[in-house]
Amino acid sequence: MNYEKEEFFAPGHGMCAGCAAPIIVRWILKLAGPNTIVTNATGCLEVATTAYPRTSWRVPWIHVAFENAAAVASGIDAAFKAKGEKVNIIAFGGDGGTVDIGMQALSGMVERGHNVLYVLYDNEAYMNTGIQRSGATPWGAWTTTSKVGSANPIGKLRPKKPIAKIIAAHDAPYVATANPAFFNDFKKKVKKALSVEGPKFLHVLSSCTTGWRHDPSKTIEILRLATDTGLFPLYEIENGDFENMRITYKPKKFKPVEEYLKPQGRFRHLFKNPEYIKKLQKDVDEWWAKYGKYYRP
Amino acid sequence: MKVMIRGNESIAYAFKLARVQVVPAYPITPSTLVPEKISEFIANGEMKAEFVPVESEHSAMSAAIGASAKGVRVGTATASQGLALMHEVLFIASGMRLPIVMGIGNRALSAPINIWCDHQDMMSQRDTGWMQFYAESNQEGLDLGIMAFKIAEDERVLLPAMVGIDAFVLTHTVEPVELPEQKDVDDFLGEFVPHYVTLDPQNPATLGSFGFPEHFMEFKYGQWIAMERAKKVIDEVFEEFEERFGRKYMKVYPEFVEDADIILVTMGSMTSTTREFVRRLREQGKKVGLVKLTVFRPFPKEELREILKNAKVVAVVERNISFGFGGAVYAELSSTFSRMKEKPKVVDFIVGLGGRDITFNTLNSVVEIAEKAMHEEVDEVNWIDVNKEAVLKAEGLL
Amino acid sequence: MEVITRGAVIPEPGNSVENKTGTWRVFKPIIHYEKCIRCLICWQFCPEPAILLYEDEETKKKTPAPKEPLKRLPVVEIDYDYCKGCGICYNECPVNAIEFVKEEK
Repeated sequence: MNYEKEEFFAPGHGMCAGCAAPIIVRWILKLAGPNTIVTNATGCLEVATTAYPRTSWRVPWIHVAFENAAAVASGIDAAFKAKGEKVNIIAFGGDGGTVDIGMQALSGMVERGHNVLYVLYDNEAYMNTGIQRSGATPWGAWTTTSKVGSANPIGKLRPKKPIAKIIAAHDAPYVATANPAFFNDFKKKVKKALSVEGPKFLHVLSSCTTGWRHDPSKTIEILRLATDTGLFPLYEIENGDFENMRITYKPKKFKPVEEYLKPQGRFRHLFKNPEYIKKLQKDVDEWWAKYGKYYRP
Repeated sequence: MKVMIRGNESIAYAFKLARVQVVPAYPITPSTLVPEKISEFIANGEMKAEFVPVESEHSAMSAAIGASAKGVRVGTATASQGLALMHEVLFIASGMRLPIVMGIGNRALSAPINIWCDHQDMMSQRDTGWMQFYAESNQEGLDLGIMAFKIAEDERVLLPAMVGIDAFVLTHTVEPVELPEQKDVDDFLGEFVPHYVTLDPQNPATLGSFGFPEHFMEFKYGQWIAMERAKKVIDEVFEEFEERFGRKYMKVYPEFVEDADIILVTMGSMTSTTREFVRRLREQGKKVGLVKLTVFRPFPKEELREILKNAKVVAVVERNISFGFGGAVYAELSSTFSRMKEKPKVVDFIVGLGGRDITFNTLNSVVEIAEKAMHEEVDEVNWIDVNKEAVLKAEGLL
Repeated sequence: MEVITRGAVIPEPGNSVENKTGTWRVFKPIIHYEKCIRCLICWQFCPEPAILLYEDEETKKKTPAPKEPLKRLPVVEIDYDYCKGCGICYNECPVNAIEFVKEEK
């Protein structure tokens, strides 16, 4: 059944104006339909949509704690199996609740093969607690715990944790990176994930007007630049087959990384030293030199 | 049917007879045999359930909440460090009013690491909003395990429950246990009906919402009311159990107390040793009695006041310690008595930590000090059977 | 009277609609229907969602009609009860049919 015209996510929630997360969630629920159960890690999405006594969710939804959306989903999966009933189980977690504190539960869920779609809405920091760095924060980003100053002109000094590759290395049946600005690609991947049995993982980039310090109207535009500069590539890996990884979109002409960095306040300090921009461009160029061959339209 | 089984198996049999449908569990000494036995039951078709071999105890309780929220009967088991690791999730399970039942192989908490019997693990969770039961024997482990489901799932309660069986002394020791018939347990428990809002696509609800100061206290008060109501529900279930299965349970089980000057309060397996010890003292004409605390949460204040009111000295014999104060049972019992005009003197005895045996010698030392306490001042908190000299030397005091 | 549920469950799905977030707006999007090509991109990207979709003929007739075959496509309408004024619709409209003006209080 096609539920695209129905809304399973109601307005009236407290997500920031221009937040990408509700766009992602709204569409995933439309594609999953009403026979869906959602588990949600503590974070922006959970807090802003379920302040008692109001909820934005029109599907059954459960929040337990910060690090265990995947474990709660595992329990629900077991309960449905025990009753012999079928349902879509979707776990939503931010980068904090997935890549750092949620790593263990996610890894366990995938290893055990639960029939759960885990969606990481990645806004690249612990946004709900006020923009602290996470393992998913990219090199060079300002956050409140990777501040920029004379002793550290860069901000976060460590690279972004390659979470999609880590989960793909678990041999999960379906792992993909996605970007709501590349809407058809995003929809296709969500549908594909929902059609696969077992644990699937979607790493979705989700811009944050508050933490990335950008104009809220530019949300989709900035997300588009993330992929058009080659910085956030869109790919799929199935059953851990890295050799047959599929890049699903390659820009005809790559935009320079500055175009992505410039509109975001969290990268402003990088422009003080052209070497930093060069480094980021080099990282992107190297990645595509190595993996570009996996582009299979 | 009478079988010879270990305490761990009692818990596993309780889950099997209760037709538990989901068991998320992680191995830890001494409770490991519980998930192992469940796995065996499932593998040979004796039990129709999903066993989830989670990757930590924190995830075990998280998965238990997910499954219980879907609306199925859930059980798990752990001990010591595993129970401590679940700590934050325990509050959530009771805050969400889910009737999960958990077996605990009562074991000491590190450091230093120790796998043997004491009550520190379960005692440290007494604020979590879980009901707590302590078993004296493997039979009690089985019976309390089965009853825990009935009490927890009662519409008046809807709180999770833990049943403690002492590490090794019960978990690994084979004892004769009367296994009730499946159909009798089915009659007793009835089919699982969730009397709470579940995860149901036909009725989409939000579970685990964000509670602002405007509402939070009301939710907590709801848990408080549930615990208070649990007192009556526990009595009802104990009574029905006795009618159907012939074994009597009480929140506070008194023996030899009628004219007792000194009454010993115990929990768990040490009660068996203490009972024999007290019987012998009675034969010698000493007026000593024994009270077994089976239910620790909700704390049976009314029963304890009633049963202990005429004793001159109440000796609390416990296997836990709250550093900087004393034992937890002593603390709660003393404050329970504080409302009484005439009250017995309460003396705290810390025994058997980390699996140290509780013997007649131990109990002799306890009664000696208790007798002294009838006429003069004694220490409030007494550590028994400890090499104090060696410790004082290590602390630089000797 | 305040309703308290056991375990803080919220049994009524989507009742966040009681919270009209339209009061958040500083800027306001206005659709110029004579330019609108009914591509639905604004509806697609609205985070609330605060853009309504109408497929009935009456509503379609009411809006300035583009030529066939666009006439057959659904019509969008901004739900000012919930629109927070983020401006994504204004920024993404491929034909600049959405004006973004200061909200008058």
